Amino acid sequence: MTLLTCVFAAVICTVIWYKNAPDGKMMVGVLCWMFWGASLMWLVDAIFEYAELGAAYFTPSPKDMLNDLFLGLSVVALGLIIWLVILLIKDPKGVIKAALFKKKKD
Amino acid sequence: MGCFLVSAAEAVITTAVTKVVEKKEKEQKELKVSFDGKNVESVSKIPFSRKLKWLNRMLWGGSALLMFEHVWHGEVVPYFPFLTAASDPADTAAMLKEMATAGVAMALLVTLVWLGIVGVTALIEKRAEKEADGIENADSPTEA
Repeated sequence: MTLLTCVFAAVICTVIWYKNAPDGKMMVGVLCWMFWGASLMWLVDAIFEYAELGAAYFTPSPKDMLNDLFLGLSVVALGLIIWLVILLIKDPKGVIKAALFKKKKD
Repeated sequence: MGCFLVSAAEAVITTAVTKVVEKKEKEQKELKVSFDGKNVESVSKIPFSRKLKWLNRMLWGGSALLMFEHVWHGEVVPYFPFLTAASDPADTAAMLKEMATAGVAMALLVTLVWLGIVGVTALIEKRAEKEADGIENADSPTEA
């Protein structure tokens, strides 16, 4: 479920990136790489788990599924927070700079 | 248990390599591209350091999110020795085994996918160059 949530997040981010390309001022590309990287890593994790559990891997208990979904959503939230921090620090639109160094009217 | 550490270690190395490559890349190579199939424009070729940044982002991002998962499951703690498996020799052995199998496989898969992306990018660059050459040759006056 965590893998699935992360893959959906990666696909949605990639679509948003493609829609706005080549304008990269919102740095959605960072989110795409991050979610795809995590998805690939969780895919490997899933393959190893499948090798261990077999078909039982695809029939988790509702409690495990809910916990994994909760984890997946938390992971997406964390990814979004990391992206937001990077966006605000790099400030490609100069919004923070403009707000901080706004000239006072005489 | 600690599988994300392998990808994080690779990320440290590739980030250092990116910094070195960036310093060496002073001149930007040019590439001729046509966006509309009629006019040819000159754009700068994608530097290798930018391609390395794609790998860095996948590795750092993936490692960070996987670390969070380990915190979630109580395998990573905010106090020494940080990895709960490190406090017991039997668990440490299991963790090292997991790092050697799943951890290495994760780092390998991410790197392989990145190599695929770099390969596809190179193909797109070559195709764009050929296309632009074709347009330029068609535009130039032919000798009688």
